[in-house]
Amino acid sequence: MRVATIAVHTFKESVRQKVLYNLVAFALLLIGASVLFGSISVGVEQIILITLGLSSISAFGLLIAIFIGIDLVSKEIEHRTIYNILSKPVTRVEFILGKYLGLLLTLLVNTAIMTVGFYGALFYQKRALGPGDLVFLGAVYFILLQLAIVVGIAMVFSCISTPVLSVIYTFCIYVIGNFSADLRTFGQGTQSALLGTMSDALYYLLPNFADFNVISQVAHSQSMPGYLWLGNSCYALLYITVLLGLAIIIFEEREFR
Amino acid sequence: MTSLPALLSQPRLRRRACGLLLLLCLLGLIPIQRSIDQRSESNREVAEVLFLPSGKVLRQLSLGYEGLLADLYWTRVVQYFGRKGLAHSSEFKLLGPLLQITTDLDPHLVIAYRFGSIFLADKPPRGAGQPLEALALLHRGIVANPDYWRFWEDVGFVYYWDLKDYAAAARAFQAGSERPGAMEWMRALAAKVAAQGGELATSRFLWSEIARQAGNDQIRKNAEDHLMALQATEEIGKLAEVVALYNSRQERPARSFQTLVAAGYLRALPRDPSGKPYILDPGGRVRLSPRSSVDLSLLQ
Amino acid sequence: MLALETIELTKDYRLGFWRNRTKRALDRLTLKVEAGEVFGLLGPNGAGKTTTLKLLFRLIFPTSGTARILGKQLDDLSVRFRVAYLPENPAFYDHLTAQEFLSYVASLFGLRAAEQRRRPGELIDQLGLSASRNVPLRKFSKGMIQRLGIAQALINDPDVLFLDEPMSGLDPLGRREVREVILRLKERGKTVFFSTHILSDAETLCDRVAVLHHGRLQGCGELNTILRLGVSTTELVLEGPSAEVMAELTPYASSVIRTGERVRLEMPEENEVQRALEIILRGKTKLISVNPVKRSLEDYFLQKVGEAE
Repeated sequence: MRVATIAVHTFKESVRQKVLYNLVAFALLLIGASVLFGSISVGVEQIILITLGLSSISAFGLLIAIFIGIDLVSKEIEHRTIYNILSKPVTRVEFILGKYLGLLLTLLVNTAIMTVGFYGALFYQKRALGPGDLVFLGAVYFILLQLAIVVGIAMVFSCISTPVLSVIYTFCIYVIGNFSADLRTFGQGTQSALLGTMSDALYYLLPNFADFNVISQVAHSQSMPGYLWLGNSCYALLYITVLLGLAIIIFEEREFR
Repeated sequence: MTSLPALLSQPRLRRRACGLLLLLCLLGLIPIQRSIDQRSESNREVAEVLFLPSGKVLRQLSLGYEGLLADLYWTRVVQYFGRKGLAHSSEFKLLGPLLQITTDLDPHLVIAYRFGSIFLADKPPRGAGQPLEALALLHRGIVANPDYWRFWEDVGFVYYWDLKDYAAAARAFQAGSERPGAMEWMRALAAKVAAQGGELATSRFLWSEIARQAGNDQIRKNAEDHLMALQATEEIGKLAEVVALYNSRQERPARSFQTLVAAGYLRALPRDPSGKPYILDPGGRVRLSPRSSVDLSLLQ
Repeated sequence: MLALETIELTKDYRLGFWRNRTKRALDRLTLKVEAGEVFGLLGPNGAGKTTTLKLLFRLIFPTSGTARILGKQLDDLSVRFRVAYLPENPAFYDHLTAQEFLSYVASLFGLRAAEQRRRPGELIDQLGLSASRNVPLRKFSKGMIQRLGIAQALINDPDVLFLDEPMSGLDPLGRREVREVILRLKERGKTVFFSTHILSDAETLCDRVAVLHHGRLQGCGELNTILRLGVSTTELVLEGPSAEVMAELTPYASSVIRTGERVRLEMPEENEVQRALEIILRGKTKLISVNPVKRSLEDYFLQKVGEAE
């Protein structure tokens, strides 16, 4: 399938970008260092390792998602390599999907590497790993869902705007997405019914990342609520569909002068 | 009827169909988010806050966005307080630390001191029941904002209402009255409290000030509930006097207010501030109707 | 079967901040290209040549009008398996080598795995890029990129090739190679549609040409016909003619140019040439050369463009 071809090509292209290696190396370093941080305060070692480790995976995944995601489409347009691809029997839809899946694959591989490093550090600290440690995979899964949404957002911007602005917009949406519950409370605190409705609308429209962030819960050994598995997965699936659909609609209308 | 593939081959229709599908997906997000929110309500902890116990550290980390962070933390305070209040819990363990962090981030966030102190001082289940913490918070506010006289008003209020220390309250009102911009009544209030201690009119004045300045429905309602309680107390007292008068003049004691109205001692059946009728119980005491929303326990 | 047919193909661009000004880049282009011919789209820069090609490949969308490639509508992507496009000043993926890039293109066409391995190698050899087979494209010179562009256009063995300025950036050797490729394709019955502003290339290769200027079709026709069109004159070059001879000849000549001892005369009428030759021989004047002057493509082009101004 042509989507797979484009996806594999995108994956290979991402992997050859040197910045990726730096980020992954740095993340692994951070995870390793967190083993040392933990020895500062007694009893908090594991909490710090888990929080810092998972947060690193999330943060560096985010950097990769944004910086490579922004370039997905805009770089092809800028370098005019898009003319070759689109003059082949490739639909614009296949192009978008292929690019998206390619970056997703890259993120998957990188996250897997970092997760292995994480478990390595955990093993070093605890001297043994048990089935209870599988819960961190759940946290990583939610991180991946978040990243998939962010890549979708970056992709939409990649089809519209210049790279510099796209990075800023995507990053802003990510930040707002983490505080969307507060956004809603801001709106509810005002007297105006109009502002309240608007803030509700924004709350549902903007991606709500807070529910994907279970890092502190798993760090404090609280269990992850069961409904989140289905809820988050469905949410992510629907939201990504909307984003890709939007990207496709924009891209289909785009002319390349 | 044209078949689906035929329909899909026309670009314009296809685009419309896709657009519709996307809109449906977008709308489909709402029930999913709602169901997650509903189930998370009970679980959602502010636990992540615990990881950064020092507001000062947080302030340094916030790279110039302390004000924004302070607002966020204040929102969390309101959410936390609201949720606990709704759950009628009597534990507000995190309220103090949250307020501490908020005011560390933005020492000039007046609202955090003022309403934070109300949340702290009020007795459970409406508040944390920690008047001394409230005073400490307000004093930090005064240190950071020495010219803001209203903090003194709040200090005085805590002494007056929660600690019943009228001498200290009077001193606080006096100190506040000396600040620039202070309203005239502060000085009068200081004198009154010094002279007469806890008095109904004074209490009503202070609570109506709080109701008037409240920027938040919760606080306003709280103040109005207190006002209703005060008014009801006053009315109950007056009604008791009327009943006593009637009983002293008639052979048989009054059984209901109906009797008093018929006898001309009252113009109409008395109603409490929430609109429900007062009851004269068999023992001859004036009581609130069971359906009344006035809460006299606030005055304890 | 027509390889290409355009019917009133038009493209307007909206310009200006408020998108209120319109610029017509292509005005009702109506063309037919037969299968098996080499067709040249000529025009100065900005005439609309690249616009036409981009419209055919749906990189931009027509404002009105239609076109059909091999009988299929433009949005029918199945036709892409049988055609190829080479954009002007092509750009490819820097990080890939020539072999990798051509394999990628081959996979996009859905070629079988064995073909995917074989075809890139063949084309690399065919276009003289064997030495750079495993060199990343960012190290390629312009001429090499151009040749690679031709290679990627040939991957699927297309029946129709659309080339935008295929000779641009090539040295004479490269140009000759590309010319050979096009001629070989013609021998195999393929159709080649290319745009250029280098008239000599068009002259040697094309069966038919069309001239585009300001987005409008100024003229279209078989090259043989165009080149025989108009007055065919004869050029006589003499050395040191006497004044009497000149006096006799000048009335018949449409132009007289003296360069030192040499005089160049243009005789518009063919029958007059005989008379002129008699005059020259009688005068014992030295005759350097007698040449029929064919109307050049440049003349045709300049005339058409001049008409459009």
